[in-house]
Amino acid sequence: MSEPQPARPRLLPPPALHLRAMDNLRFIRETMEGAAYFTGVSGIGEMAVGVTALGAAYVASQQSTPAAWLLVWLVEAVIALGVTTAAIVWKARRFEIDLLSRPGRQFALGLFPPLIAGALLTPVLLRAGLFDALPGVWLLLYGTGVVTGGAFSVRTVPVMGLAFMGVGAAALIAPAPWSDGLMAAGFGGLHLLFGAVITWRHGG
Amino acid sequence: MAKALQHQDGGTAGAEGTGMTTPGEAQSTALDLDRVIHERMRLGIVSALAVNAHLSFNDLKKLLKTTDGNLSVHARKLEEAGYITCEKFFEGRVPKTEFRLTPPGRRALEDYLDHMEAIIHATREA
Repeated sequence: MSEPQPARPRLLPPPALHLRAMDNLRFIRETMEGAAYFTGVSGIGEMAVGVTALGAAYVASQQSTPAAWLLVWLVEAVIALGVTTAAIVWKARRFEIDLLSRPGRQFALGLFPPLIAGALLTPVLLRAGLFDALPGVWLLLYGTGVVTGGAFSVRTVPVMGLAFMGVGAAALIAPAPWSDGLMAAGFGGLHLLFGAVITWRHGG
Repeated sequence: MAKALQHQDGGTAGAEGTGMTTPGEAQSTALDLDRVIHERMRLGIVSALAVNAHLSFNDLKKLLKTTDGNLSVHARKLEEAGYITCEKFFEGRVPKTEFRLTPPGRRALEDYLDHMEAIIHATREA
C-alpha cells in the first residue's frame, strides 16, 4: 500500500492569452471613457450660460407681471439647455468621447431627475400661489442635479452644485425682492465663476 | 499590426512574409509586452492621460479609485520610463501635482493597443 501523498494544490490553467488581451482592451476603453467624461463638462459652455443668465436676470427684473417674469426664465432655460448641450457635444467631439457610453448615461441619470422634478413642481407652486418660492426651488434642484450628475466628474463640478444649493437655500429664506439678485448670482455668477475654473484647469 | 509585433531591437515577430501571427507566436510575443504599462494601475494612468491634456494627482486618484501610495509608486515608474511628466507647484498655499502624457508614453500606449489587437487577431485566425 502506497504512502498517502500530501495534497498538492491544483493549478488552475491561466486564462487564454486572447481573453486577457480582450479584457485589457476593455479596461483601456472604459478607463478612457471614464477619464474623458471626468472632464467632459464644458467650461466655455458654462460661461456662455452664465452670460445669458445675467441677461435674463436683468430682463426679468424689468418685468411688471409674474407671468412675464416666468416667461423670461423659461426662455432662458431653453437657451441654457441648448448652449450646454452644444458645448458638451463640441467638447466630446474634440476629445472623441462617445456621449452614450456608460459614464455619459451615469451623468444624465444624475443630472436630469432633479431638473424634471423642478419642471413638474413649477406649475404646482404657481397654482398654490407660491410664486416667490420658484427661484429657491429652481436653484436648489439645479444644484442637486449638478452634484449628483457630477459625482463622477472633476471636483469642481459637484462643488459648483453645492454652491447652487447654497444660493437656492438662501433664496428660499430671503425676502422676495432679493430673488432677481440671487437668480443672477446663481445662474449667472456661479456659471461664470466655475466655468472659468473648469476652462482654466481642464481645457474648454 | 506590424507595429504591434515589433521587438525592442526593431525586428518583427510573426509568420514569415505574411505579417500574421500564429497562436504560438502570439504566446511568444506576449513576452515582449511593455511591462511598464502592462500593469493595470499604470495602464489606467496612461489611458486616462491619453484623453486629457493633464490630470492632477487627486483627479487620477478619484478616477482610478486608488490610494495615494499606490498611485505615487506607479506614477513614479511611468515617470522613470519617460512615459509621463510630473509637475509640482503651489496653487495659493496648496501643493499640487499634475501629470501629463509624453509623446513616448502615447506611442507606448498605441503599441500596447496594437499588441493586444494582434493577439486577438492571431487567435481568431487560428
